[in-house]
Amino acid sequence: MAKANLMDYEKALELFEVVIGLEVHVELNTKTKMFCGCRNDFGDEPNTNVCPVCIGLPGSLPVVNRKAVESSIAIGLAIGCKIEANGGFSRKNYFYPDLAKNYQTSQFKDPIAYDGQLEVEVPSGNKFTVQIERAHMEEDAGKLTHIGGATGRIQGAEYSLVDYNRAGVPLVEIVTRPILGAGSEAPELAAAYVRSIREIVKALNVSEARMERGNVRCDANVSLRPKGQEKLGTRTETKNVNSLRSIERAVRYEIQRQAQILADGGSIIQETRHWHEDKGSTSSGRPKSDADDYRYFPEPDLVPVQPSIELIEKLRSELPENPAAKRKRLAGEWGFAEMEFRDVVNAGLMDFIEEAVAEGAKPQAARKWYSGEIARIANSEDKDVSEMNITPAQVAELARLVESGKINDRIAREVLSAVLAGEGNPDEIVTSRNLEVVSDDGALIAAIDEALAKQPDVLEKIREGKLQAAGAVIGAVMQAMKGQADAARVRELVLERANRA
Amino acid sequence: MSELIKKTAAELVALMAKGEVSSVEVTQAHIDQINKVGDAVHSFLFTSADSALATAKEVDRRRAAGEKLPTLAGLPIAVKDNLATTDAPTTAGSKILEGWISPYDATVVTKLRNELMPILGKTNLDEFAMGSSTEFSAYGPSKNPWDLTRIPGGSGGGSSSVVASFQAPLAIGSDTGGSIRFPGAVTGTVGTKPTYGAVSRYGLIALASSLDQIGPVARNVLDAAYLQDVIAGHDPYDSTSLTQSLGSMVEAAKSGSVKGKKFGLIKQLAGEGFQQGVKNRFAEAIQLITEAGGEIVEVDCPSFDYAIDAYYLILPAEASSNLAKFDSVRFGMRVTPEGNPTIEKVMAATRELGFGPEVKRRIILGTYALSAGSFDKFYGAALKVRTLIQRDFDNAFSKADILISPTAPTTAFKFGEKVADPLAMYLNDIATIPANLAGIPGMSIPIGLADEDNLPVGIQFLAPNYQDAKLYEVGAALEGILEGIWGKRMIDFAPNLEVK
Repeated sequence: MAKANLMDYEKALELFEVVIGLEVHVELNTKTKMFCGCRNDFGDEPNTNVCPVCIGLPGSLPVVNRKAVESSIAIGLAIGCKIEANGGFSRKNYFYPDLAKNYQTSQFKDPIAYDGQLEVEVPSGNKFTVQIERAHMEEDAGKLTHIGGATGRIQGAEYSLVDYNRAGVPLVEIVTRPILGAGSEAPELAAAYVRSIREIVKALNVSEARMERGNVRCDANVSLRPKGQEKLGTRTETKNVNSLRSIERAVRYEIQRQAQILADGGSIIQETRHWHEDKGSTSSGRPKSDADDYRYFPEPDLVPVQPSIELIEKLRSELPENPAAKRKRLAGEWGFAEMEFRDVVNAGLMDFIEEAVAEGAKPQAARKWYSGEIARIANSEDKDVSEMNITPAQVAELARLVESGKINDRIAREVLSAVLAGEGNPDEIVTSRNLEVVSDDGALIAAIDEALAKQPDVLEKIREGKLQAAGAVIGAVMQAMKGQADAARVRELVLERANRA
Repeated sequence: MSELIKKTAAELVALMAKGEVSSVEVTQAHIDQINKVGDAVHSFLFTSADSALATAKEVDRRRAAGEKLPTLAGLPIAVKDNLATTDAPTTAGSKILEGWISPYDATVVTKLRNELMPILGKTNLDEFAMGSSTEFSAYGPSKNPWDLTRIPGGSGGGSSSVVASFQAPLAIGSDTGGSIRFPGAVTGTVGTKPTYGAVSRYGLIALASSLDQIGPVARNVLDAAYLQDVIAGHDPYDSTSLTQSLGSMVEAAKSGSVKGKKFGLIKQLAGEGFQQGVKNRFAEAIQLITEAGGEIVEVDCPSFDYAIDAYYLILPAEASSNLAKFDSVRFGMRVTPEGNPTIEKVMAATRELGFGPEVKRRIILGTYALSAGSFDKFYGAALKVRTLIQRDFDNAFSKADILISPTAPTTAFKFGEKVADPLAMYLNDIATIPANLAGIPGMSIPIGLADEDNLPVGIQFLAPNYQDAKLYEVGAALEGILEGIWGKRMIDFAPNLEVK
C-alpha cells in the first residue's frame, strides 16, 4: 500500500476545522465475568476460564455481575454523568466467530451513565471541557489469532484460533460528543483525555488501567470540515490505539491525510482504520456506515438494571479525589520543582510518595528513595515499583533513620536491599545487623588519634589551611569503623583537633 | 397392558411408599410399554432405559434402607428434547444439533435428578419448538395415540403422546405459545403453562426467551400439580425466574372447588369459527361449572384480535437472535463447502443444511422485523399490542377470578392437513398465545370428545400472574365433576393401541 500524501500540519489547520470523537473501552477488574461466574483473567491457558454461558451453549442464560454495575456507576459519577435509574441490556446482533452467541449483550437506549463532562488540560496548559454522551456496559468478545498469514490479520490466514477466556469480560465504553475547537491541539487533547480516563479508573480501582495490556483501549474518530462550514465532515474511526503517544500520532496523521484528500478534491470514506505503530500511519479497515444494522432489541433474558438512589449516593460518597485536582494539590503541598513533579507523575510514583509522606516521610526524602534507588532496582529486575517488596511505611522509616543520623546514606542503601530481600523493617535490620553509626565521640577520637599517629604531617597541613588533607584521616577512621560512622562528625572532630593542637 | 402403567402418578407414588410395588417394577412396566408402542407413536427421540432402571434401583435400595425420600422418588418421567441433559443427546428436534451432548444439565433436569425420578428419555418436538403438530421435527412426527393418522399437537407432541399412550406417567413440556396446552387438548391430557418465571429456563434451548416457560404434562390435574411443585422455584442462574414461592399446587388441587368463583368467558374466544363439537363440549363444561356454584361473566379482550400478529413478530424476532449461536463454531453440526471456504461460508452452509423450513421462515421474518426501518413498524408495534393484551387481561381479571375458553379451535387434525399453510397452522394457537404474551399461567384439561370425530376436546383456564394455584383448584374440581359423570377417566376412553 502506497503511503498516503499528507498535508503539512499547519496548513491543514489553516484550511480545516478538526472535529474528534473518542470511544474509550475500559476493562473492569471484577473477579468474575459480566454475565457468568468464570474468572475474569484472560491471560490463562486458552479456553480454561469458560462455561456454558460465556461460550454461548444452547440453553444457557446470563446473570448480571452486580460488582460490574457498581464499578460502571462509579465511573459514570467520576466523569460527571447522570445515572440511569431504569436501564437495561440490549442485544447487538452480528455474526463473528469470536462472538459466542453471535450477539453482544450491550446497552443501547438506556446506558447506565449519560450526559457527563470532563475538564482536560493539555501540555500547553490550555484547558478543554470534553462533553461525554454516555458510558455503557457491555461484554468483551473472545480473542482471535490468525495463523498462516503474513500479517497476522484475517486476510490470507490459513486458519484462526479462538480463545474465549476474554468472552464476557466486563467492559465500560465511554463515548464523547463531537469535540470541536481544540484546533492544533486536537491530537494532544485526545491523548490527554484518554490519560484522564485512565487515571480516573485507576484511582477508582475498577480497572487495572494498563493500556499496553488493553485494559484501556481507544477508538479515535476524526473528521475535518472547511472553516466556516456548519455541516460536520465524514469521519474515520481509527480502532484500538493502545498508547497515549499513538493516540496523539494517529489523530495527527488522520488530520494530515484527510486534509490532503479534501484539498485534492477527493472525499473521505466513512470507514474504520488500523493504526500501524511501526509506520506511524493508518490503513483502511472496513467500511462503516451509520446504517450498520445491528438489529438491537431489549435483552429478554435479563431484568432491568435499577440501581437505588441509596446505592448511587453511597458510590458517590466513596469517590476518590479527582486525579487532576489531586495532582495540583500535591504539587503545591510538596514543593517539588516542576520537572521533579512531572517525573514523579510520569513514573507513576505519586501515590507511593503520597503514602510514604502520610507515614511521616519528608516529601523530598520519599521522592529521592522512590525515584532513585527503588526505581533503579525495579528497573534492573524488570519490575514495576508496585511489585517491589517494600511498603511506603518502610520507606518512611528508612528516611527517618537517615534524617536522625542513626544511619548514613550508604548504610541506608544496604538496609533497603535487606528490606527488599524480606529481612524485616528498617529499624529491625539496623539492630540485627548492628549497622547503627558510631556516634560515641570517645571511640571516634581514639580512632582519629590512631590514624594521626600514622600520618603525623596531616595536622600541620590542616593548620596551613590545606583542609583537604583531612580526607586521608577521615578515610582511615571510616575504614576502622567499618563504615558505621557519620563522616561529617569525624571531619568535625579532626578539624577541632587540629585547631586545638 | 400392565395395570401399573394405567395408574396415575399419585397412585404409583402411594404404592411405592407403602412398599407394594418397587420403582424398578414401575419403571420396567413403562419401558415395556415403550418397547411395545414406541415405534408406532414415535414419542421419543432417545430412550435411556438403563439409566432409568439404575435410578429406580437406587431408589428401591434407599427405600429399603429406610431413608426419607423425595415425594416423587422412583416415579419415571420423560423430558422434552429441548432441555439440556448430560447423559443423553439434546437435539431440540433439529439436525443442526444431531448428536450434541450438553456438558451441563438444565436446572429442571437437575431438579428431577434430585427428586430421584428415573428419566426414560427425551421426547420429540417441532424443530426448536416451532410448530403445532411435530411435523416440523427433523426426526419425523409423533402420532396421536387416539388416532395414529392424526397429529398429537405441538410443539410438545412427544410429551403429550408419551403420556397419552402410557409410556410415562408424567412428562416435561415447554410452552411458548401453547406447546404444552394445545398438545394436551388434542390428546386428552392435562398440561400447564405456569406463570412466566415460575420454573427456571436455564438449560431450556430458547425459542423466544420472553415467552418460553417450562411446565408439567400429565394425565390428570393432581399429577400435574405434583410435577409443578417439583420443578418450580427460584434459580439464581435465571435472572427472570421468580423469587417468591407460588405455594403448593398439590394442596390447591386437593382442595379443588369452583363454588363462588367468577369465570370470565372471553368474548373473543367464545367459539366463533370453532369446530362444532368443540363448542358443544365447551358449552357443557360451562353448564357444569354453573351447576357447581361457579358464576359465568362475559369479559371483553379486544386486543386479542391482534395477538397472533404480535406473537408472530415478537417470537421470530427473539428466535432469530437466539438461533444465531448455531453457527458450527463451538458445537453441533458443521458443513464445510468445497474449496477453501471462509468462516462465513461454513456458517451459511451449516445453517442452510441444518435448519428446516419453518425455522428458516421464522429467522427471516424475525431478522426483517428487527431491521432498521422495520423495527418501529413491526417489532415496536408488536410490543405495543403486547402491552394492550396485558391491559385486557388486567381488566378481565378485575371482573373474573379465572378466564375460560376452548384450548384450541379444533380437535387433532390429520398429518399434512396444515403443514403447507403456515397461517392455518398458526391459528391453532389463537386461544393459547395471549397468556404467553402476558406471562400469566394457563392450563388445559380434557372435557370430553367431539361429536364429529370422537376426538378429545380441551378447556383452557387462565389465572392472573402468580396465581397458578387457582388453575389447579378449578381444574381439579371440573375434572372431578366430569369423571363423576363419565364413571371413568378421560384417558380411559382412548382406543387401545393396536400395535403389531
